[in-house]
Amino acid sequence: MNRRQLLLIGSRLLQVVPVVILATVAIFGLLQLVPGDPAAVIAGEYATAERIADIRRMLGLDRPVWEQYVVWLGHAVQGDLSASLITGQPVLDEVLRRLPNTLLITVLALVLAVLIGVPLGILAATRVDRPTDRIVTTIASLGVAVPNFWLGMILVGFFALGLGWFPTTGAASLTQDPLRALSHAALPALALATGGIAEITRQLRSALIEVLSSQYVRTLHAKGLSNARILWQHGLKNVSLTLLTVVGLVFNRALGATVAIEAVFAIPGTGSLVVASATNKDFPVVQGVVFVLVLIVIGLNLMIDLLYSLLDPRVNRR
Amino acid sequence: MDHAVKQPLLEVNKLSAFFRAGRGEVQVTRDVSFTMAPGEMVGLVGESGCGKTVTGLALMGLLPPASSRLEGKILLQGQDLIAMPPSAKRRLRGRRISMIFQEPMSALDPVFTIGHQISETLRAHQDVSRAEARNRAIEALARVGIPEPTLRYDAYPHQLSGGMRQRAMIAIALVCEPQLLIADEPTTALDVTVQAQIVDVLGELCTRMGMAMLFITHDLGLVSQTCSRLVTMYAGEVVEEGRVDDILLRPRHPYSSGLLRSLPALTQRKARLPAIPGRVPVRGDMPPGCRFQPRCAHAQPPCTAPQPLRAVQPQGEVRCCRAEELILPGVLPVERAA
Ligand SMILES: Nc1ncnc2c1ncn2[C@@H]1O[C@H](COP(=O)(O)OP(=O)(O)O)[C@@H](O)[C@H]1O
Ligand code: SF4
Ligand SMILES: [Mg+2]
Repeated sequence: MNRRQLLLIGSRLLQVVPVVILATVAIFGLLQLVPGDPAAVIAGEYATAERIADIRRMLGLDRPVWEQYVVWLGHAVQGDLSASLITGQPVLDEVLRRLPNTLLITVLALVLAVLIGVPLGILAATRVDRPTDRIVTTIASLGVAVPNFWLGMILVGFFALGLGWFPTTGAASLTQDPLRALSHAALPALALATGGIAEITRQLRSALIEVLSSQYVRTLHAKGLSNARILWQHGLKNVSLTLLTVVGLVFNRALGATVAIEAVFAIPGTGSLVVASATNKDFPVVQGVVFVLVLIVIGLNLMIDLLYSLLDPRVNRR
Repeated sequence: MDHAVKQPLLEVNKLSAFFRAGRGEVQVTRDVSFTMAPGEMVGLVGESGCGKTVTGLALMGLLPPASSRLEGKILLQGQDLIAMPPSAKRRLRGRRISMIFQEPMSALDPVFTIGHQISETLRAHQDVSRAEARNRAIEALARVGIPEPTLRYDAYPHQLSGGMRQRAMIAIALVCEPQLLIADEPTTALDVTVQAQIVDVLGELCTRMGMAMLFITHDLGLVSQTCSRLVTMYAGEVVEEGRVDDILLRPRHPYSSGLLRSLPALTQRKARLPAIPGRVPVRGDMPPGCRFQPRCAHAQPPCTAPQPLRAVQPQGEVRCCRAEELILPGVLPVERAA
């Protein structure tokens, strides 16, 4: 690792701070708009107003909003994500318990998107304006437009309820029962992946078309290299930078889309945790999930930047 | 040298290039004909857009196959390149004919080292080991005057200056020692001082390797430094062909004469003479006869008839019916030259 890469990591870590603060402040503010009162939920159906007020005091909900936030943040920076207002369980435990389910479908979606999107992109770019290209491009534009939760419901209807090939809902632990975990993850990952497949296909196609019509590819032809060598060596290395960028984007989007997909497939992941906690105004849980997910996204993007500097010689010496 | 007994290296015969445009086609060059002897350096000049690059790419077989079409013959030592299957043509490129381009900044792959880009050319055509390819690439870098070639082998294009990149480009083109190099405005994008160096390197390497060069440029000064013969193109046609020395002194075609007179370096005059007045005709609006007629100061009624390219005495070819009667100024004023 050279000096530049260390600097890159350093500056990225500094960037984490404002991003995390911004994200959590935004979520905190939005939660205030949600109707409902965690104290009332805890107190139960027939609680008196005094009992509810007591609980509010106990939880610190009577204090000003900004003060609640600062207290939360103070704990969070020390690695303590507080406890759920409703269950009293530590948030970090709950998040870490559910995170593998979410990451499994997200990573699987990303793998599918790359494995399907890259060959499709290459196929289209090497057959520009021919029927194959037209078909691929049309399907890709549809794929970008289809909402993934809707597609998820169709997939469940067809493959799970109809054919019975896959379980309809739930999740399993990847370490304890990998096969079952994968069969649970297959449909939600596919639903999550469609947007990514379409995005990778489109971006890779246009990047590769640009590379293949560039002046330096003309030089490669002038040197007498074969088309195959030009495509697989020079073409792919040049578009790998675009691919990396798109992969990062697709991962971020897929992670965000888990909120809807986990609801459709009833997966006990972080997405469904956010939804459930938000309806209860259980802000420490919502904040905790956002905090952890933001860290994951930033970590991945940092990794991509580092890979970028390895692949593109121009990055290092600029 | 007796060119008559030698088989020409390259014989371009009535070469026309067409591009697909919408439903139809446009013709961008018409009946381009010239020959090159082995080791001969020929200049190809003409205003921007007259079809020089298209002609060069046609010789290389690099025009887009889906949207272009060629008519005529390109014979390389008697072998017709247009009739040749694409795979066989590919094996000629970089081995027997090479080409270098105007823009050294964008002509090299940015994510591979210079050395890789030279040795892969060698390995595409010859059965050499990695180590041997490396050594020969370093030799090639040294030959084009790149200092510290062993270090430069591992440099990326963005780490070199424009002049050095063009040298690297030349090293790539010449590493297999081709018989013919097509140099398409190799110095246009470079500083004036660097231009002269690149032209020197090219001239010297051609002589040393016995390689022929088609030097495409719109700079007649550079042609007079390097080439022995000159082909002038106008609006997609060859209008004059002959020995550089003859044409500099007494051009036969009014367009060549106009090009020469707008050349400040050779006339040694302070002010650049005005370029030829008028504009190049656009496709679809070509004059039926001589294409230069709308701009020609010597036009007369016979000029409205189509003009063939024809031989003139003592040697050379001209596409002008008045070539014999006109006494046109070259780079030297006519009185002094006579
Ligand atoms: N790929 C192409 N498709 C259509 N027209 C082209 C193409 N390449 C060149 N042309 C046209 O051919 C003519 C000659 O171009 P070119 O050979 O590049 O001129 P130059 O003499 O400046 O090198 C120009 O009018 C140009 O517009
Ligand atoms: S043929 Fe006539 S118009 Fe054309 S260049 Fe000659 S003199 Fe001029
Ligand atoms: Mg050109």
